[in-house]
Amino acid sequence: MVTTRMTRMSLAVAGLIVASVSVASAQKLNPCGASFPQAIYEKWFAEYHTMHPDVQISYNPNGSGGGISGLTNGTCDFGASDAPMTDAELSAANASRGKVLHFPTVMGAVVPIYNIPGVTQDLRFSGSVLADIYLGKITKWNDKAIAADNPGVKLPNEDIIPVHRTDASGTTFIFTDFLSSVSPEWKQKVGAAKAVNWPGQALGGAQNPGVTGVVKQTPNSIGYVELIYAIKEKLPYGSIKNAAGEFVKGSMEGVTQAAAGAAANMPNDFRVSIVNAPGKTSYPISSFTWMLIPAKIQDPAKAAAVKAFLRWMLTDGQKTAPTLYFAALPKNVVTKELGQLNQVEAPAAPGEKKGKKGL
Amino acid sequence: MASTAAVATARVKTRNSQTGDIIARLVVLMFAVSLLAITGLLVVELYIRAAPAREKLGWGFLTSVAWNPVTEEFGALPFLYGTAVTSLVGMLISVPLGVGAAMFLSELAPARISNALTFVIELLAAIPSVIYGLLAIFTLVPLMRTTVDPFLKSVFGFLPIFSGRAFGFGYLTAGVVLAIMTIPFVISVSREALLAVPREQREAALALGATRWETTWQIVVPYAKLGIVGAIFLGLARALGETMAVTMVIGNSPTVKASLLAPGYSIAAVIANEFAEAGGRIHPAALVELGLVLFGLTIVINGGARLMIIATTKKGSKR
Repeated sequence: MVTTRMTRMSLAVAGLIVASVSVASAQKLNPCGASFPQAIYEKWFAEYHTMHPDVQISYNPNGSGGGISGLTNGTCDFGASDAPMTDAELSAANASRGKVLHFPTVMGAVVPIYNIPGVTQDLRFSGSVLADIYLGKITKWNDKAIAADNPGVKLPNEDIIPVHRTDASGTTFIFTDFLSSVSPEWKQKVGAAKAVNWPGQALGGAQNPGVTGVVKQTPNSIGYVELIYAIKEKLPYGSIKNAAGEFVKGSMEGVTQAAAGAAANMPNDFRVSIVNAPGKTSYPISSFTWMLIPAKIQDPAKAAAVKAFLRWMLTDGQKTAPTLYFAALPKNVVTKELGQLNQVEAPAAPGEKKGKKGL
Repeated sequence: MASTAAVATARVKTRNSQTGDIIARLVVLMFAVSLLAITGLLVVELYIRAAPAREKLGWGFLTSVAWNPVTEEFGALPFLYGTAVTSLVGMLISVPLGVGAAMFLSELAPARISNALTFVIELLAAIPSVIYGLLAIFTLVPLMRTTVDPFLKSVFGFLPIFSGRAFGFGYLTAGVVLAIMTIPFVISVSREALLAVPREQREAALALGATRWETTWQIVVPYAKLGIVGAIFLGLARALGETMAVTMVIGNSPTVKASLLAPGYSIAAVIANEFAEAGGRIHPAALVELGLVLFGLTIVINGGARLMIIATTKKGSKR
């Protein structure tokens, strides 16, 4: 009896302490931005909340553009984007929020899917062929250029119908960024962006399911979707020739390899494209997705919480990424990012502060 | 004594009902004004938010066919054209079918069957548009690609509107989906209008020796004309603003093509697809301006409809 009463009392006291601590420094953060990493971000924020009940982060997946404008006009504590900020966007954000830092969080990739009646093998594409298909220069499936990449596959004498994303998306940015890097003509005529002016006669579908639906319903079509979506939906997809000349099938490992390969030439602000990265096993249509963090956050408690979260995300948080099919950051990138973390100004480590207040 | 008391209570009652009237009037007036205010605010807000695009693109926005977010060139024409063409195709199919069905339900079918069928039709109107879109992708698109489009090409291939390559996705498919989606509105509202025609009108016509068809077509339908036109414009309003079902089957290609078999795009679809991730200053503003254009298109069409109704009713009364 005595012991139970004791435990009850100590539990109550513990409860009181916890309550007082969380009341003293409950920290609500409101980031916003890209929808592509929404699943992993929400998982991270939830995990972090269970470990640090005083920090509550709620994500608003209003798109990469929304993330950048939310960061710039201050409606969000920090932003998230699938494409690095342009110089113009960055200078605007720097003007209103002080220095803004890019933190790569996870990586994504894009894979080609197709529907050719009679062809069951996985097809192989070199980047220039893919660009010429979307430029409307290669119009038949039995074109010599496609056949050269796929010896032994019997391709039909049918018109190719290219399918693309119609919603502005990071997926389209990664795909067109890759095509720009392998085809000068693509770079000059179309360029790389989240939404582009598609040349030739092409069909569009909204989101990954839309593109998949159109490809499935249209014989002899080709499209592109996120790697994660293709894996989850068990869609067959083709391999892509990388910078080392190898045909690589999209996979989480291949994406991490690409990031590791690109890390050697990583600029200090992390605004880097990792398409067509060097390395024999690198998957060429890969990209980082970024959190956009102001180096100086006015509210010191918020700054401390953001900094502590980023440190956790770069270390323990990375282990969660593969469970949701997101490729984790390679070690050398994590090390470099932890270096950049020192630029985030926070008054004191959150643990110390909390302890003092609680006592 | 008793009578004066009765008069007094009666007076109080009138006074009460008068103040009640005034309050009711004010409340209702407030609702009416707020409705206008919401519409006004909508236009003002759209106009302000479209400012960067208006300044950069000017009136050329309405006539340009370019849609290139990379170089920030934007034009509304492909979307305006797509919205107009798909809605037109949709109404061309749904109006004869819908009005015909309404005539059957109100004039020929026994009341019990008519009520049961109307219930089913009204259920159709409650189905979310994304369901129609999904159904269309999996049933209508293959049907159009393998059967309808090749047939139209082989028979009417000499017409530019049925030429070129057929993908299954395009203006025509979107128009057919819109027809299916607007038919319930057309049927249900036209039926109400036809049922509201007084019985005497029909009896008088029949008594004069008119056949059933003559009665329906020459007496009942003209009498219910206003209601039927209202039904058509209710359907048209839905067609113009439809987003999900259209974007799933139109092909989403911002081009202007004469062929109904070619893929196109519509205003509502492009706004829904691109707004979330639109970057920079001009792109989101251009999408907002497209919203303004759609608003303008709706006003023009509804205004035109009003004028048409006014003109035709005057002619009718003179006769």
